[in-house]
Amino acid sequence: MPRFLEYLLIAGYIAVLLVVSHWIGQCAYNWMPVEATAEAQKVDSLFSFLTSIGSFIILGLVGMMVYSVLFFRAPKNDYSEGHPSRGDIKLEILWTATPTLLVLWIAFQGFNIYQQLNILGLGQIVHLHTPLELEAPAYASEEQPKPAAETIDVFVKQWDWSFRYPNNVTSKELHLPVNLRTRLNLHAKEVLHSFYVPEFRLQQYIVPGREIELVVTPTRIGQYKLKDALFSGTYFALMEANVHIESPQQYSQWLSQAQSESASMENQAVAEYMQPPRTMLKSNWYTVVPEQSAIARSATPKTNANERKVMNDT
Amino acid sequence: MIHNPSENLAQNREPETDSENNWRQYFSFSTDHKVIGVQYMVTTFIFFLIGGLLAMLIRAELITPASNVVDRPLYNGLFTLHGTIMIFLWIIPFNAGISNYLVPLMIGARDMAFPLLNAISFWMIPPSGLLLISSFFLPNGTAQSGWWSYPPISLQIPPGQPINGEFIWIVSIVLIGISSIMGAVNFVTTIFWMRAPGMTFFRMPVFVWSVLSAQLLQLINLPSLTAALILLLFDLSFGTQFFKPLENGDPIIYQHLFWFYSHPAVYIMALPAFGIFAEVLPAFSRNPLFGYRSLAVASLGIAFVSIFVWVHHMFTSATPSWMRMLFMVTSMLVSVPTGVKAFGWTATIWRSKLHLETPMLFAMGGAAMFLLGGVTGVMLAAVPFDIHVHNTYFIVGHFHYIVFNTITMAIFAAIYFWFPKITGRMYAEGWGKLHFWLTFIGANLTFFPMLPLGLQGMVRRISSYDPRYQGWNIVASLGGFLLGVSILPFIANMVGSCLYGQKASDNPWFATGLEWTTTSPPPRDNFAEIPVVKRPPYDYGDPKYSVIEPPDYHQQEH
Repeated sequence: MPRFLEYLLIAGYIAVLLVVSHWIGQCAYNWMPVEATAEAQKVDSLFSFLTSIGSFIILGLVGMMVYSVLFFRAPKNDYSEGHPSRGDIKLEILWTATPTLLVLWIAFQGFNIYQQLNILGLGQIVHLHTPLELEAPAYASEEQPKPAAETIDVFVKQWDWSFRYPNNVTSKELHLPVNLRTRLNLHAKEVLHSFYVPEFRLQQYIVPGREIELVVTPTRIGQYKLKDALFSGTYFALMEANVHIESPQQYSQWLSQAQSESASMENQAVAEYMQPPRTMLKSNWYTVVPEQSAIARSATPKTNANERKVMNDT
Repeated sequence: MIHNPSENLAQNREPETDSENNWRQYFSFSTDHKVIGVQYMVTTFIFFLIGGLLAMLIRAELITPASNVVDRPLYNGLFTLHGTIMIFLWIIPFNAGISNYLVPLMIGARDMAFPLLNAISFWMIPPSGLLLISSFFLPNGTAQSGWWSYPPISLQIPPGQPINGEFIWIVSIVLIGISSIMGAVNFVTTIFWMRAPGMTFFRMPVFVWSVLSAQLLQLINLPSLTAALILLLFDLSFGTQFFKPLENGDPIIYQHLFWFYSHPAVYIMALPAFGIFAEVLPAFSRNPLFGYRSLAVASLGIAFVSIFVWVHHMFTSATPSWMRMLFMVTSMLVSVPTGVKAFGWTATIWRSKLHLETPMLFAMGGAAMFLLGGVTGVMLAAVPFDIHVHNTYFIVGHFHYIVFNTITMAIFAAIYFWFPKITGRMYAEGWGKLHFWLTFIGANLTFFPMLPLGLQGMVRRISSYDPRYQGWNIVASLGGFLLGVSILPFIANMVGSCLYGQKASDNPWFATGLEWTTTSPPPRDNFAEIPVVKRPPYDYGDPKYSVIEPPDYHQQEH
């Protein structure tokens, strides 16, 4: 085959790869759940970018392997050499330098989008203070908490979420006003948990004894699920709570309604502990007993002087 | 500097037995690195089958959204032991086994540097493994806190039971770790000091380079895990408070100590797999390994960078921004030497004369699927994306593309490739190909669905789930059962061929490398005469060296 024809074919192959990988990158938006925060759009565009690059690399190399399998087969019992080329220093420098630049570009994009999560009003991710710092040093006081329209306390224990609203209403459901910055103060009782709403594209571990803050601005009215993403023991799979994003009017309406109603909802883990589901294999191994308590009791704010303050705005 | 002190160092070995193929030697405290290698491989394969059965039970539970096959404590025990067995009793010790068998042969040594230590390293594995599995029969069962054993969840144990699943788990992992450290000392010493005359570092096969890199990681990073587990044991059994958050301990410190080993552990598992690709691909494409030096050095590069990436497992665990950004960049940098390897393999295959025997199928299949594992790995290093999919099935999918679809495929490639050398017999090619296709299809059916499930937000380690995730879960479960079935032709082939296979020649693949210059199986002291190496590795392109000459040929040459 003439040299230039070969180059032409390679150029054509790369062009096709570029188009196809760009298309796959666009499809990637559909693989994600709906976007319920402004941050979610940013994360999705990063994912789409990563998918395009990844598809280009995978399809490029797998394409070469498949081509080899189709066209470079040896006749049976021919064990003579393929070609004697042991390397090509230019090519090796090229394929070391290219991924290095590519990776730096990806890291830059990641950093950029991470910063944009900040610009969208979601501040510094973590301020970690040592437990012995009872009096905050001067630098800490410079870090003003970001203003938020609402503050909701989130309490999590084995295996139950509960939420306390500004008017001291407690509920088993997380209600958030749309387009308003809401601060979530996360408190865990005994083990680590992780606050995760897939539609928000954010996740944060909650560590007992540390005060962790998360500021979210939901943008899409609807009902979602809050999950515990970090394994937390026997009834881990039941650690879900409903998240309602509503208009500010509906939100305040719900708040006043909830105040008059007693919030009692069955704790699924307790129900299952009392009456375990029928399973084919039963071990009856030990489990921590889920505690059925009034929400108010579990929602007692911590007054631990040693509590470490971690502000976490994603 | 080339030494050949193997004659001196390997003095404390037992005298040669009269029968080389005496099967009883495999049940003895043999100090022959080849016997120990086979002992490791067969033992760990049994653990692989147990780990696989646990995985199939997990997939049986997940075929429906409700919890209806195993109760929740048992489910938690299943995934904990599945992960623990597959990592600590299958891949890592299997790699130790295959490396044990091959490294002395490949560098032209008569044995490992410390044969007795070698035997002790192996003999710690079966009791530790049995101890771990025996915890299933404790009244309150096995450890249930995942293979990470994060405190404080791992400290929640039945009151008044000093011997509990978690206790047994910690003790077995510490013992296995000690075995690994002893093995690592042995490998590093052997590779540095036992090479045959002329076997310079840049004449070593890439497999030896990758074993060296992996074992250096064991030496540097494993003590951190051991320390973490011993502190955890103190918290668990002796009332200390290292990791108890409500008593001024810090559970996040455990995560740092744990991942300081357990991230590099992925490379301890993957590097030998990359080494296997570097041996198998050139042999079956009849090409020299493209860019040999850069591939060799990339092994060390991967090992070095992987020491500084552990925090990417902790992006969401109260980790400050600067740390997130720093570890995002270091994590992504691992893809540079890894990419060099992938490009090198592809270029080796390009314009070659491909022979698609079973080892080649497994190597090419593994290398191709590694691309998906690697690309999803780079995605996960990007902090904003990781914050979304952390602890979801996306991680599980990515991880299994590495540990099963790449590493276990490479292990199968290695078994088929060196089977004639180890047993002196050929395996049945048809059965091997059947095994490959069942594995390749089964593996992709099992692990690909996990990626979309994770993107959709299905959390890992849950025993029941939202019905909207069921579709992909059915595919994954059926794939998992197919994967279980795929192992049957392999077992039949291995056992049958061991007993009745056609006799193999010394070098059935016409491969280069010192291990192919000795008989199949090799004699007790590996070589009739220690070879003198005077040429670069992977001489497939040079017609003069396309066929292996006996060692004395090279002495006459100059």
